[in-house]
Amino acid sequence: MTKIATRDAYGKALVEIGEKNPNIIVLDADLSKSTKTADFAKHYPERFFDMGIAEANMIGTAAGLAASGKIPFVSTFALFGTLRVGDQIRNSICYPHLKVKIAVTHSGLTLGEDGASHQAIEDIAMMRAIPNMTVIVPADAEETKKVIHAAAEYDGPMYIRLGRPALPQVFDESYTFEIGKGTVVNQGSDVTIIAMGVMLHPALEAAKILEQEGISARVINMATIKPIDQEIIIQAAKETKGIVTAEEHNIYGGLGSAVAEVVTEHAPTTVKRVGVNDTFGESGKPDELLEKYGLTKEHIMEKVKEILK
Amino acid sequence: MAIEAQTLASLKQTAITIRKDIVKMVAEASSGHPGGSLSAADIVTVLYFNEMNIDPANQNDPNRDRFVLSKGHASPVLYAALAEKGFFPREELMTFRKINSRLQGHPSKKSLPGVEMSTGSLGQGLAAANGIALAGKLDKRDYRVFTMLGDGEIQEGMIWEAAMAADHFKLDNLTAFLDYNHLQIDGNVEDIMNPAPVDDKFRAFGWHVIIIDGHDMKQIDDAIQEAKQIKGKPTMIIANTIKGKGISYMENQVGWHGTAPNKEQLQQALEELNGGKQND
Repeated sequence: MTKIATRDAYGKALVEIGEKNPNIIVLDADLSKSTKTADFAKHYPERFFDMGIAEANMIGTAAGLAASGKIPFVSTFALFGTLRVGDQIRNSICYPHLKVKIAVTHSGLTLGEDGASHQAIEDIAMMRAIPNMTVIVPADAEETKKVIHAAAEYDGPMYIRLGRPALPQVFDESYTFEIGKGTVVNQGSDVTIIAMGVMLHPALEAAKILEQEGISARVINMATIKPIDQEIIIQAAKETKGIVTAEEHNIYGGLGSAVAEVVTEHAPTTVKRVGVNDTFGESGKPDELLEKYGLTKEHIMEKVKEILK
Repeated sequence: MAIEAQTLASLKQTAITIRKDIVKMVAEASSGHPGGSLSAADIVTVLYFNEMNIDPANQNDPNRDRFVLSKGHASPVLYAALAEKGFFPREELMTFRKINSRLQGHPSKKSLPGVEMSTGSLGQGLAAANGIALAGKLDKRDYRVFTMLGDGEIQEGMIWEAAMAADHFKLDNLTAFLDYNHLQIDGNVEDIMNPAPVDDKFRAFGWHVIIIDGHDMKQIDDAIQEAKQIKGKPTMIIANTIKGKGISYMENQVGWHGTAPNKEQLQQALEELNGGKQND
């Protein structure tokens, strides 16, 4: 099976929505070859703006474009598109509820060799805490495509977190994405694994191995981190013995936190989090980093077994 | 086209009304920023009552001119102009900074008609104005975008990112005013973090620069007309102003950046604005 990076799917989807809607504008901060917005730039040069290495102005300009009826997609690496410009996103985009889509790539540890300085592991926590912001993390190329098409239609600010590495395909063309809805990708009754992005595939692999060991693990893909699908979480909390979350993000403030918030209020059960354990990453190959920082199918299985102990 | 004597007289009267509203609002709220609102009052008056093509009855007209108050803490001057223009009832001015009001401490695009961009966190308005100007270019509309920056505000690095971009994208439909009143919260702008020479800096960033007396309406209007003739680059109108302009005890006093007048002070302010006559 061919692996495809979500950023590659993003680049393609941008060209598609750009063809459909002349109001789609793309802004990038000198990373268009990496973020894959270069495809859009090639097709629609008059609607692509390289803003240089000046992210704050890029966000502000996007706000002004959106206030004038445009639908800007703003891209750079996750770190520079969030932590660098938190106030600009909050005050110029979210507060006035403008239709700006911040679609970032190179998120999390799997950015790899550039190291901790470039590995955003706090971005979801930050974006999730801003009122009016919708937060989405696609898990594969097909889902990315659907997310980008939905984003173009969605009337409001949106954060879309994409990645650098080529990922196995989980979904086929029949997959339908809906903002705010999680998807059960593997039925199971003993325990539930809720995963996002890069971690969905390891979660499915973990479920396969667990099945051979006689453990039935439900796997939920939680593409929308905010607004999170409460119903699917509550159902899992009630129908299975506990929940393991899996995210390529700090265990503080991301998917695990969001799931724990829902469970605590509505259906208390055990939640175990697989994620970056509140530490900075380092340089290395994506797989080496996922292994070293505890983000593999083995780590997920371990947490599942802790719940069932 | 030069501003006519009759128009000038009428604009001056409007500026007095706006200054009165500013001090009334801030006094009523016991909170707000009178100094930098008063320094900007003449420019805002010329923009809203002589220059800009805007109509409260057709607020979303894609061809309307836009004003972004980048120095959002001067919200009273914007609100006074919008109310006078008819975007909302004048009585609502007295709800400024109060609970459940549409007149937030700093302008909120989402809540109040006529506000083109939410501002207040300094440094962001110029970038938003860039975006609006860029959209105008893309859509081949001939509206003009105006923005006003504070002299303290240009200490923000983001202003210079935006200044670079405005020239890069040849945004000649963008005119910025610098309200150069030389005071910021902690003291003289020159002592805190001196932005001078401001004119050379903006010129070096590719802007057309005009320096005026920001309280001389003819100069304000002339500068706006000159900016319209400049092609291929944005214009920065450096307006030398007096913080607290029009109220004797506020003029050039750093303490009136963000302090509200009490009842007696308000009374005096209104009398002064009335030319010494008892207040209406």
